[in-house]
Amino acid sequence: MRVENVVCPFCGCLCDDIVAEVEDNRITAVKEVCSSGRSFFLNARTEATRPTVDGKEVEWPEGIDAAARILTDSACPLIYGLSSTASEAQRKAVALADVLGASIDTTSSVCHGPTTIGIQNQGEPTCTLGEIKHRADLVVFWGCNPAEAHMRHFARYSVSARGKLTPQGRRDRTVVVVDVRPTASSRKADFFLQVRPGSDYEVLTALRALLKDETLEVTEVGGVSVAQLADLLERMKGCRFGVIFFGMGVTQTGGKHLNIAELLALVAELNAYTRFTAMAMRGHGNVAGADCVLTWQTGYPFAVNFARGYPQYNPGEFTAVDMLGHQEADAALIIASDPIAHFPRRAADQLRRIPTIVLDPEVNLTTQEAQVVLPTAIYGVSAAGTAYRMDNVPLPLKKVVDSPQPTDEQVLDWIIERVKT
Amino acid sequence: MIGIINGEVYDPQNGINGQVRDIWIEDGKTVSGESVDRAGAEIIDASGLVVMPGGVDIHSHIVGAKVNAGRKFRPEDHRDHVRSRTAVTRSGSGYTVPSTFLTGYGYAEMGYTTVMEAATAPLVARHTHEELEDTPMLDKGAFITMGNNHFIMKCIRDGQREKARHYVAWLLGATKGYAIKIVNPGGVENWKWGQNVGELDDEVIGFGVTPRQIITTLAWINDELGLPHLPHIHGINLGQSGNARTTVETIEALEGRRAHFCHLQFLSYGGEPGKRVRSGAAELARAVNEHPNITVDVGQVIFGEATTMTSDGPLQYRLHRLTGNKWLNDDVEGETGGGVVPIQYKRSNPINAVQWLIGLELFLLIDDPWRVFLTTDHPNAGPFFCYPQVIKLLMDRDYRAEMLQGINRRARRSALLAELDREYSLYEIAIVTRAGTARSLGLQNKGHLGVGADADVTIYSKLDDKEAMFAKPHMVLKDGQIVVRDGRIVREHQGRTLYVAPPYDPGIEADLRTHFEECYTISFDNYPVAPEYLSRSEVIPCA
Repeated sequence: MRVENVVCPFCGCLCDDIVAEVEDNRITAVKEVCSSGRSFFLNARTEATRPTVDGKEVEWPEGIDAAARILTDSACPLIYGLSSTASEAQRKAVALADVLGASIDTTSSVCHGPTTIGIQNQGEPTCTLGEIKHRADLVVFWGCNPAEAHMRHFARYSVSARGKLTPQGRRDRTVVVVDVRPTASSRKADFFLQVRPGSDYEVLTALRALLKDETLEVTEVGGVSVAQLADLLERMKGCRFGVIFFGMGVTQTGGKHLNIAELLALVAELNAYTRFTAMAMRGHGNVAGADCVLTWQTGYPFAVNFARGYPQYNPGEFTAVDMLGHQEADAALIIASDPIAHFPRRAADQLRRIPTIVLDPEVNLTTQEAQVVLPTAIYGVSAAGTAYRMDNVPLPLKKVVDSPQPTDEQVLDWIIERVKT
Repeated sequence: MIGIINGEVYDPQNGINGQVRDIWIEDGKTVSGESVDRAGAEIIDASGLVVMPGGVDIHSHIVGAKVNAGRKFRPEDHRDHVRSRTAVTRSGSGYTVPSTFLTGYGYAEMGYTTVMEAATAPLVARHTHEELEDTPMLDKGAFITMGNNHFIMKCIRDGQREKARHYVAWLLGATKGYAIKIVNPGGVENWKWGQNVGELDDEVIGFGVTPRQIITTLAWINDELGLPHLPHIHGINLGQSGNARTTVETIEALEGRRAHFCHLQFLSYGGEPGKRVRSGAAELARAVNEHPNITVDVGQVIFGEATTMTSDGPLQYRLHRLTGNKWLNDDVEGETGGGVVPIQYKRSNPINAVQWLIGLELFLLIDDPWRVFLTTDHPNAGPFFCYPQVIKLLMDRDYRAEMLQGINRRARRSALLAELDREYSLYEIAIVTRAGTARSLGLQNKGHLGVGADADVTIYSKLDDKEAMFAKPHMVLKDGQIVVRDGRIVREHQGRTLYVAPPYDPGIEADLRTHFEECYTISFDNYPVAPEYLSRSEVIPCA
């Protein structure tokens, strides 16, 4: 059987033109897909798996009971992850946090959390990816490497994509990469500006100063000559429609949200000359959805705490790394994420110490350390749901094959029921 | 079976003006008193209380991409405005841009039971519906922005009105939308080139069509499809001095076709372009009075915090430049755009004071309450929970005079408002907040209490202070169930999503597939919002 227009939930590109071949309830081939997506679809687990409690297989009601007990016994539970699950499950996760008085945080806090803070300071001139495909004649990638991290981004949206005002694709665009080292992306660019690590803020400020016709009394900023910066700025002012895509090279290096606020200020100011936009290169398939859902239910996109009965927001306090690192969280529910593999040592160690529940289709470092593992179906492969692309366009994830596993949404519903009684 | 007995009923649709009546409810509908078995009925004694249909809001920005972007970038709006969870309700936060649950509770606690989301870009309609599912207490629907849609503009350019008609029908069904929304027709497309339109006959770049053609074509389509609501128009030049002229021209351009003009206050500015804003309320009220094909809502300014959010990209950029406040912009491929800018309306500010005056003048100068409705264009001119304050301004001349004394002196000196003695009656308030809006929306089961109506009922204590009276109803029933007592939620209720599904020629789908391949970054098949997204819904029939 052939299934068309499948949405790949792997990364923030959410390519929705995938063709999957299915035989005997297995995906045997995928077309129009990048190597990450191919490996995601072809290795998706579809066989039945039972929950485990303390490493022993149990029936589902027992697993749910164990999870609910851990959460209700906890004085300060933490719910974390959410970027690789569907918005339907994200909505339930926030509902559970509300009932428990828990903290809830998403993987945003260790990738584009600073972007959110930058936006809260400065605003965000942006657009959907189709506007870039059809209009953008100047595309800047700053601190990101889509050639390796978002492999079809160039072809579908930003570089070689052929649009109405860009009928010749790549030839109709000027492509600039700003990064601390040459990358697979910089090799595809017309111009590469190599900045000294940690000096993005200075370089962005220099561009803003030049935009205001200030004279810089230096010849280089952050390893880039002022002449190069002036040239980039002229291209920015002179283009028809420009965009800066930015990634963790600016969000997670010195300055963090200040880098982003500066970048967004520059982009806003360029609109006095031409149309200019910015977009965060969101990593996980539905991390943008996690931001959206938390925001519409609580008012805030990440780092939310319900201990007082209402949502409070404080990155640095209610973010997962901090709740764990300060040894405040005394139980954790991890949904579709592997924090033990990615968190700083102190936070990961605390996660090993406290009772932890994991909802995940796959085995990972965190499931290996968890007290309760609840193996769920895979959204976009064996469960339908909704995911939000990096530009916040929501797409329907298909159920391509059947799975005996319940979805994250169902499991969270069971836990909520159990916790309430 | 519930009986609300001995209440002073205001049901303008059925001509009931404060007479004592009993209302009987069964299975979520109002039923005739003659046929009911009163023995087992739950009786609500409404003696000395005012009974009205549940409020119906015709224009409010409560959910979707733009609203959520506003929430996300305004934590300062939420911090001091929170609501704790209870046994029956969820928690939340937000003042001008409250979280979805708070929005539902806030409306219900004010006696409103139906609210229309004023602008949804079709591409992100799925997001709107996800949020509507998390907006409890209310029946609701979403208006779909079409005034800068490439497919429609191509059809107009090529003289293919019929094809545009089928497309609009398809689009409303695909997005589960309720009405055609037009925002700055052509101007939002031109903003993608850093430009705008200023006149009805300006050209849309790349299409060679005009705002006039877009408006008249969509008004024609609205009539042809027999949609329950009118085309819902936010015209050109919103927020700019001198726009009263182009707004009147837009009304005239319709040549008698029916339409609704939203937040007219923002489109009733006299004076010269680029110069000081003056009230154009008299001019607009005259035009509305002379054109029975038009309904309007006001968009009354409330002094205090607000968040401007529209699909009008160039307007939002202008507001950013004017105020220096942070700015969100979001251009949507092939369809529309939008932006968000926080703002504060100050009594002492001459422009804000004139905006406040214009809203009230429109209310008092437009003769027919069935054609002028109460909104604050939430949260653009102020938050929805300030409606009771507006009601008091309309009903209480002395309060109005007192407020007038507090505004910018220069604005006050030239104010027409000082001469307007009219006071709204409870009957008229019932029209501008529910009966009239339900009629303009084409919701035959709402805004009244006649037999067969949805049993959405609000019971108010009869107080001299009308703001206090309307801020905290004694009781609210939704679908025949008591959901609010003494102004607090006692029961969470999932309302319906109302949408239209006009028939269209499936033959256009081939064209649409090509259009999607050329214009979009998502496939045609992944665009429509599946019925599963709506847990409770009702298709409102077309004529």
